[in-house]
Amino acid sequence: MSQPNRPLSPHLGVYRWQISNTLSIVHRLTGVMLSLGAVVFTVWLVALAGGPDAYLGVVGVLRSPLGVLALAGWTLCFFYHLCNGIRHLCWDAGLGFEIAQARASGKAVVAAAVVLTTAFWLVVLTGSGS
Amino acid sequence: MAEFRLPANSRIQPGREHKAPAGAGRVRRFHIYRYDPDSGANPRIDTYEIDLDRCGPMVLDALIKIKNEIDTTLTFRRSCREGICGSCAMNIDGGNTLACTQAIGDIGGDVKIYPLPHMSVVKDLVPDLTNFYAQYASIKPWLQTRTPAPPDRERLQSKEEQEKIDSPSACILCACCSASCPSYWWNSDRYLGPATLLAAYRWLVDSRDEATGERLDDLEDPFRLYRCHTIMNCTMTCPKGLNPARAIAGIKQMIAERKL
Repeated sequence: MSQPNRPLSPHLGVYRWQISNTLSIVHRLTGVMLSLGAVVFTVWLVALAGGPDAYLGVVGVLRSPLGVLALAGWTLCFFYHLCNGIRHLCWDAGLGFEIAQARASGKAVVAAAVVLTTAFWLVVLTGSGS
Repeated sequence: MAEFRLPANSRIQPGREHKAPAGAGRVRRFHIYRYDPDSGANPRIDTYEIDLDRCGPMVLDALIKIKNEIDTTLTFRRSCREGICGSCAMNIDGGNTLACTQAIGDIGGDVKIYPLPHMSVVKDLVPDLTNFYAQYASIKPWLQTRTPAPPDRERLQSKEEQEKIDSPSACILCACCSASCPSYWWNSDRYLGPATLLAAYRWLVDSRDEATGERLDDLEDPFRLYRCHTIMNCTMTCPKGLNPARAIAGIKQMIAERKL
């Protein structure tokens, strides 16, 4: 059995990063970021209910360069998490388990997240809202 | 709980250098994890320079050459040298594989060799697989039947039924997949890991086995089965080209379907 004086062999520090395990940890990280984003979203909703002054204050922060950068980051996290979530649903249905398929679907998810985020911000910045 | 940092007694120290003899042709550097239980010192990385013109083509050939000619204290498991016994499983060039089927020529640059990751190390490249084997035994890896066997013949299978167990029964239990899985790293005390779950799947889809319900009951557990988050390291690293990730998804589907 494992004896307390025996060392533990190295793991994270030596294992090669591949598209599979990298996208997996990115899925987790984007999930954490989205949880933080949900808090900001709630603050925005509370401000909306709190009247014009509160609302304009929060919107002012979100429209600052740093605020826009954070929002852009959150939308990227959102679209990545969404697309990769669909990839996970396919796996749960037993689809896409060949190594070549898993690599291709991983690249497709990253590309889709970037394209959707770009399209989203094009609509936001050129649409009637701004 | 996930402990990302190595414990204090496991942190790697610099080790010794063994230079190639003068006049060596194609020199390749091998950085190898060493741990001597008798010294009590922390693990270290020793470096050996090998003349590939005087060495066989596989990583195992280099390890045997080192043990024979340079450093007899180097300790590792090996037996069949043709990828069927699973003894020489280790972490080579950042991935888990069998030293006997990994060509040195397929590795770019220096060759880094560690024991299978996140395992208790007995000595050098030899990990303690006690827990791994106990988990394998826990899924009852044998045919379970209720009905009596036909008196005049074996329990027969169709060709299609046999093909379902063909691939999963090709597993050699080398532990490369389980030792590649981060979920197994953090929860090997409760999560069965890909190798054991692949074996469980092999008996679940066996048309002759009559304990499918009990087998699924045993697996339906937040840790034993559902710590798998489809990271896919297992399938990526299997030296036999098997697909434990798909087998685990198959088990999850069987559990979902019997609830419908």
